[in-house]
Amino acid sequence: MSALFRFHGGIHPPEFKALSNGTPIATPPLPARFAVPLSQHLGNPAKACVALGERVLAGQRIGDADGRISAAVHAPTSGVVSAIGPHAVAHPSGLLQDCIVIDSDGLDNWCAPSPLPNWQDAGDDEIRTFLRDMGVVGQGGAVFPTSLKLGVNTLEQLIVNGAECEPFISCDDRLMRERAGEIVDGIRIAAQLMRPRTVLIGIEDNKPEAITAMRAACAGSGFEVVAIPTLYPSGGAKQLIRILTGKKVPHGVRATDMGVQCFNVGTLYSLKRAMMDGEPVISRILTLSGDLARPGNIEARIGTPFAHLLAWAGIQPDSEGVIMGGPMMGFDLPSLEAGVSKASNCLIAKSRALFPPRPPALPCIRCGECASVCPAELQPMDLYWFAKAKDLGRAQEADLFDCIECGACSYVCPSQLPLVDFYKFAKDEIWAAERDKKAADRARMRHDFRQLRLERDKAEKAQRLAARATPAPASSAAPDPDKAAAIRAAMARAAEKKAEDSHAPAKTPLSDDAKRAAIEAAMTRAAANKAARESAVSTAAAPGDEAKRAAIEAAMARAAARKAAQGAAAGAEAGATPVAMPASPSQPKPAIDDAKRAAIEAAMARAAARKAEQGVEVGAASAAMPSQAKPAIDDAKRAAIEAAMARAAAKKAERDAAQKGDN
Amino acid sequence: MSGFLTALAIMAALAILLGAILGFASVRFRVEADPLVDKIDAILPQTQCGQCSFPGCRPYAEAIAGGEADINQCPPGGEDGIRKLAELLGVDFKPFDEGAIEVKPKSVALIDETTCIGCTLCIQACPVDAIVGAAKQMHTIIASECTGCELCLPPCPVDCIQMVPVGTTVANWKWSYPVIPIKAVKA
Amino acid sequence: MHAPYIARPSTVSVIMLKVLLALLPAIAVSVWFYGIALLVQLSLASATALLAEAAMLRLRGVPVAPFLKDGSALLTAWLLALSMPALGAWWLIVVATLFAIVVGKQLYGGLGNNPFNPAMVGFAVAMVSFPAQMAHWGMPHGPLDSAAQLAWIFSRELPAGLSLDAISMATPLDYLKTQLLLGGSDIASLKQAPMFGHIAGVGSEWVALAYLGGGLFLLQQRVISYQAPLAMLAGLTALAVPLWLWQPAHYVDPLFHLVAGATLLAAFFIVTDPVSGPTSARGKLIFGFGVGLLIYVIRVFGGYPDAAAFAVLLMNIAVPLIDQLTRPPAFGKRKRTKKAGQHA
Ligand code: SF4
Ligand code: SF4
Repeated sequence: MSALFRFHGGIHPPEFKALSNGTPIATPPLPARFAVPLSQHLGNPAKACVALGERVLAGQRIGDADGRISAAVHAPTSGVVSAIGPHAVAHPSGLLQDCIVIDSDGLDNWCAPSPLPNWQDAGDDEIRTFLRDMGVVGQGGAVFPTSLKLGVNTLEQLIVNGAECEPFISCDDRLMRERAGEIVDGIRIAAQLMRPRTVLIGIEDNKPEAITAMRAACAGSGFEVVAIPTLYPSGGAKQLIRILTGKKVPHGVRATDMGVQCFNVGTLYSLKRAMMDGEPVISRILTLSGDLARPGNIEARIGTPFAHLLAWAGIQPDSEGVIMGGPMMGFDLPSLEAGVSKASNCLIAKSRALFPPRPPALPCIRCGECASVCPAELQPMDLYWFAKAKDLGRAQEADLFDCIECGACSYVCPSQLPLVDFYKFAKDEIWAAERDKKAADRARMRHDFRQLRLERDKAEKAQRLAARATPAPASSAAPDPDKAAAIRAAMARAAEKKAEDSHAPAKTPLSDDAKRAAIEAAMTRAAANKAARESAVSTAAAPGDEAKRAAIEAAMARAAARKAAQGAAAGAEAGATPVAMPASPSQPKPAIDDAKRAAIEAAMARAAARKAEQGVEVGAASAAMPSQAKPAIDDAKRAAIEAAMARAAAKKAERDAAQKGDN
Repeated sequence: MSGFLTALAIMAALAILLGAILGFASVRFRVEADPLVDKIDAILPQTQCGQCSFPGCRPYAEAIAGGEADINQCPPGGEDGIRKLAELLGVDFKPFDEGAIEVKPKSVALIDETTCIGCTLCIQACPVDAIVGAAKQMHTIIASECTGCELCLPPCPVDCIQMVPVGTTVANWKWSYPVIPIKAVKA
Repeated sequence: MHAPYIARPSTVSVIMLKVLLALLPAIAVSVWFYGIALLVQLSLASATALLAEAAMLRLRGVPVAPFLKDGSALLTAWLLALSMPALGAWWLIVVATLFAIVVGKQLYGGLGNNPFNPAMVGFAVAMVSFPAQMAHWGMPHGPLDSAAQLAWIFSRELPAGLSLDAISMATPLDYLKTQLLLGGSDIASLKQAPMFGHIAGVGSEWVALAYLGGGLFLLQQRVISYQAPLAMLAGLTALAVPLWLWQPAHYVDPLFHLVAGATLLAAFFIVTDPVSGPTSARGKLIFGFGVGLLIYVIRVFGGYPDAAAFAVLLMNIAVPLIDQLTRPPAFGKRKRTKKAGQHA
């Protein structure tokens, strides 16, 4: 038995666990309608991959993971997709979020299970993709996609979190008592993947049955079940890691960097179910407690409306609202129409007897009680003071973001202050301010580029006029804008053709002109790509991945457009069949006929080209910065020059084409 | 009496001396590049709407730094913005002039694509290149880049651009400032 | 209502009530030695404090009832009454209490917002404004009966044949100081005076013991933490011991300092005031130690016979700085977070 450590502070709230932990996990009847949220995890919401009216089977994937930090969602039962769109979800704001609503056909037919039987031999990537597609996420509260937590193979300790410290909640307790074997299978998988030196399973000593069951299931496995003293919030990941290993993982540091990783027992259970039984996460254990006739734990399908479960458990008429989560960190459910999600661990029907209203709040008397219980070792009264004064900078300096919102401070405050509300307020304000600042920075950049471009265009125009005035004073001024636009569109269309052709470069022998065009286009593309990369590097704050992608796409489009210009100069035919452009930033309406679409796409290509120019501009700007590394400057400079050359070439071609059009 | 005079003399001498040092320092250590403009510009919301009567946020920032403009001329920045400017510049907070602004929720422009005739006038008006389109082609607005400056509204010959308020979503929802029932009963 | 939905049923009133309770033994002992005058002072102070608090709350537009019930005004009143001479005139305590509540507390924003300990503000004002009044302390088992004490407090009338000097005396601290200043004899002989008991003053040493008991009760109840009292006593001892060892004839022994005057009252009831003290454990140590040092310095080298009030007020000024410098690092962090931005 390893020595236990203590974390600072902590409280002993009344437990209320006996209300719900006495009966086995029940399975309530399925409701007629499910509302499966697309966002049940940290990161991007899943993308619906079923159509309205489609028949689905239980376990069928209905939402694909979107990006790296995301997870799939699955149909909880068989039935018909009756709606995809905003629906009530379990969120304190009461705002709607996209859900897939499924009308059950009552048959609960399952699709074929798809386990990963050879997971021992599978590579990291395969396992990650598998878990993402099976929708496995952390069930302890943060719902972090599990796929991202696996795959570290230099782990000292693997921590299994069965502490379950919040009052009322007993779902992990029941799960450990009844399905310890499957949890241990899950631990085995995780241990195999992460190769920790030790596996420690932390369970609060107020769950002796769970400890016994887990010890029995762990027999001979080398995993150590550790009974830890009951003290809220020992179930917080950082706190549990501290208790079991003595390590303190500070805010902003990943646990794996300190050689530990922590999984909730529920997560490991669903991990096992996914890997070995091929069952995606379509249900979870949920505690129903509080002012109910039949409190207890149930295995609830994801998407089951809360109202259905509460009615089944016999919600009392005198109950006043329902808490989602525990009484320390949960929130009032704004709507009972919302469906169970992977984060839903407990529903508590409130009553006056269980939750008497707090006495009126008084000012903080700086008694320091809050600081003495704060597990994050903060000075909550200072945070409160700053947040109350909306002095967000000072709040941040006082480590506001280290606060885990456990509520211990507010629980002991003799002045009965709703301290955590202030922290949530301050955190959200800071985040919003950061968002605004990023948006402003982006706007400033875009505006500056535009300004630069306008000036440069003006200068170039003047130059052009001057140049033309000397050799051919008789030739007319610039073609009228409508005509030019038409030509431009035609050119863009041609570019599409050309782009298509360029995939088969050996088709026809290239004329000199065409060759030059191709070379220049390639140069342009390279330059623009480089510039886009530069811009992404030099302005890391503003453009995210998306902006980068857009810039690159735009650069490609620009190159294509340029090619088109060249093609037009060489007498290429206009009016080729349109193909989809890679740079189209928004899809046109399907109703528009093909020709129109082509035109629109051409317009978009122009716009994208302009964007690419901006990218070039950024590159140039960054080149001017003395702090840039030397090679970067050269690159950027060259890119800028090349881009300018390409631009000039394109302009020339455009002019030629225009003149040809005039003749 | 003489004691009093000495004190007076000493104080006066001290005042003159310190004043001289301060004056010298302000000349000697003047910061050449004017970072003040940058600092002011950083506070301005970069809407680039020109409601301040300057052609963009930076010109306004320069005007403030140069003492040519007041700090209360930026409606999108709101009173919060004025407060920050006041703090930065060490001047008193100054509310918006009476009736000078209406507080609007943050909005983005939306082009009615069936009405749009593709005149490109709005594209030329957009200060942040947030409009995509070409002549005779339907235009559209990149909502994530739109600053809500409304500069594209007046040029549109067919009035097909509308401002649509950005709603609250789960992603940008904020906890409100907690209400403690005990506080201030009467004003 | 938001999370947490459950809360420990401890309130500010309960805390204040416990502190008041802890003062009872000392009050009882005082009354035994000095008569009912103290009770009169306590009632005067309480009534004044509650009235002043209610009036100020109303003026500030804040609901009166919850704040009156919190008991903090009452505590200020009691602490003040216990530190002032029991035989002082009625208006003395009334003025001091008024000042404590109105200026020391409410003008700063009331409960929780006062940077200075209100009771000590009241005491200091009385001390500075009415030094003569503040110099007359009752004698243990003095010649005045209850009725005479009342008459003296309210109308400054003495029974025939008694002079002011016959009913009052200087405190032992005061006595030692003046005698030493006069350059008379050494401490050992001075301590032969009848006012001295085993350690300090005849009656006051028992009162001090009662404060100690009350303080231990508060510690046991976790109403106060040990840091500030311990550090204060340590600070006092830290100066008293070396000087006493160096010149025992001139500097009175440390034990005397620990027991005499308001030392123990201050240690357990004044420097432990949460509102005007620092919050972190280290901060409390620094704060208490500073108070202890200052008490000794002012007592021995300064112009006032006792010094708790001034020492506490001086250290109160330093509290924001102490708080800022002693903020402990957050969980897992080595150092507290550096300043994120510049502040004007
Ligand atoms: S527990 Fe409450 S009253 Fe005490 S210091 Fe913390 S916030 Fe203030
Ligand atoms: S809610 Fe935050 S400040 Fe309060 S005790 Fe928990 S971690 Fe500390």
